[in-house]
Amino acid sequence: MRRFTLIAVPYLWLLALFLVPFIIVLKISLSDVALARPPYAPHFDWATGIWAFLSELDFENFVWLSEDDLYWKAYLSSLKIAFVSTVLTLLVGYPMAYAMARAPEEWRATLMMLVILPFWTSFLIRVYAWMGILSNEGFLNQFLLWTGIISEPLTILTPNTAVYIGIVYTYLPFMILPIYAALERLDDSLIEAAEDLGCSRLTAFWLVTIPLSKTGIVAGCFLVFIPVLGEFVIPSLLGGSDTLMIGKVLWEEFFSNRDWPVASAVAVVLLLLLIIPIVLFQRNQQKQQEAEQ
Amino acid sequence: MKRLSWFNTVSLTLGFAFLYVPMIILVIFSFNESKLVTVWAGFSTKWYGELMQNEAFLNAAWVTIKVAVVSSTIATVLGTMAAYVLVRGGRFMGRTLFSGMIYAPLVMPEVITGLSLLLLFIGMGLDRGILTIVLAHTTFSMCYVSVVVSSRLVTFDRSLEETALDLGCSPAEAFRLVTLPIIAPAVISGWLLAFTLSLDDLVIASFTSGPAATTLPIKIYSAVRLGVSPEINALSTIMIAIVTLGVITASLVTKRQMVRQKRDEQAAERT
Repeated sequence: MRRFTLIAVPYLWLLALFLVPFIIVLKISLSDVALARPPYAPHFDWATGIWAFLSELDFENFVWLSEDDLYWKAYLSSLKIAFVSTVLTLLVGYPMAYAMARAPEEWRATLMMLVILPFWTSFLIRVYAWMGILSNEGFLNQFLLWTGIISEPLTILTPNTAVYIGIVYTYLPFMILPIYAALERLDDSLIEAAEDLGCSRLTAFWLVTIPLSKTGIVAGCFLVFIPVLGEFVIPSLLGGSDTLMIGKVLWEEFFSNRDWPVASAVAVVLLLLLIIPIVLFQRNQQKQQEAEQ
Repeated sequence: MKRLSWFNTVSLTLGFAFLYVPMIILVIFSFNESKLVTVWAGFSTKWYGELMQNEAFLNAAWVTIKVAVVSSTIATVLGTMAAYVLVRGGRFMGRTLFSGMIYAPLVMPEVITGLSLLLLFIGMGLDRGILTIVLAHTTFSMCYVSVVVSSRLVTFDRSLEETALDLGCSPAEAFRLVTLPIIAPAVISGWLLAFTLSLDDLVIASFTSGPAATTLPIKIYSAVRLGVSPEINALSTIMIAIVTLGVITASLVTKRQMVRQKRDEQAAERT
């Protein structure tokens, strides 16, 4: 009996507040817009029965999504931004994780804390910090004008550059921590052995260190790629009006256009896009756990 | 002792500069006299004074703290239960679905979680306010708690629990007297994680809050959209200071615990 409650309470909570809401999203994505409250039809009505209800559902919203250029462009541009920023985060994060793992042991706890500290600081504040730097009259422009490198202010905030900088900045700890965890376990004697056998330091790094830290790299990349795909705050604060990302489109569809069925359809397609990387990520984690045992 | 090569030193210096310089600039300019955030006009603490006068921000901060305390506490209870069930519960019907529902919210885009919860609350006819934000935050943060707690439960020696049961404890007593004290650090860090996630959340709170309840991130976001302002810099500085103090205290406490544990182990070896 006690075991039953222990299982039932969290189970029912998640069913009611995680699974059921998804079913509702799916249902509304198949409904029509109506000028009512709630602004969609049909509502589920016990009197007319389930078949009458189901017969009114259709894929109209999805057809509409596929016909409107905006959504295609938003999905593709989200994928591109997520991919490019994952690669950039890896390029910045790997050397840091590597240097942390090679640092003297008594420094490591402090270095770890320095990486984790920004992670505990508000996401919004960290994005806001870059607004002051990258805006047209921001620090970066003032600094460059002062040094005489440029003679006229650059516009950094409008194109996607600012979005990339913001993403790399806020997601860097997610990349560093798993790579560091993998590199820290690495046995130094393996690299020494490779060097003794005639590898140059660079080849040893390429042939030994990189393959042995692969699980960390893969985990870090997914931890960045998956959330960035649905990112809303960064493109809306650092991007210009022409920065297209699907999270932003969904938000606007819902709050500005009040088109709930289309917003739900956008959410369903985004979820379908995410299933592949999520499944790959799960596999990678399982493989890692098995390797540890 | 190993020494860092020049390459590693350079990448650490540049990396940490990248992480910290933006925040340092933010903090410095919260003490700026001028309203223009990017032009230095002398030292002043007047923005902190104005912030303290700003009723809207203070109210929002109060709502945020209430939501975070309540939701992280419920999330810790539910998350610990879920972790216990997943690690110790054995087989039961729908276990795969259950573990799927624990891991899925961790990778779910916030816009989707927020949208789906909002549609649920409207379908149920619930008025949006503090209650709905608490429900939403509890749901996603209990999953984080359960991941943190189950990683501790996995490494935990099960025979200790069995010994307690053999010595006549009831399962509840064994949990309270043996299991809970051992997993306590994980439960506490789970609570802290849930608490910060709730404090930090903008997207899910925007979907699930009504006009009656505005949280601090929502307030900051709507102010920030209009541009950079010294008042927000002051607010950010206060928040950064609190987090920094918290993290430093936590790391000092764990360090002391580790030293004590080491000493105990050495003492145990000698006897």
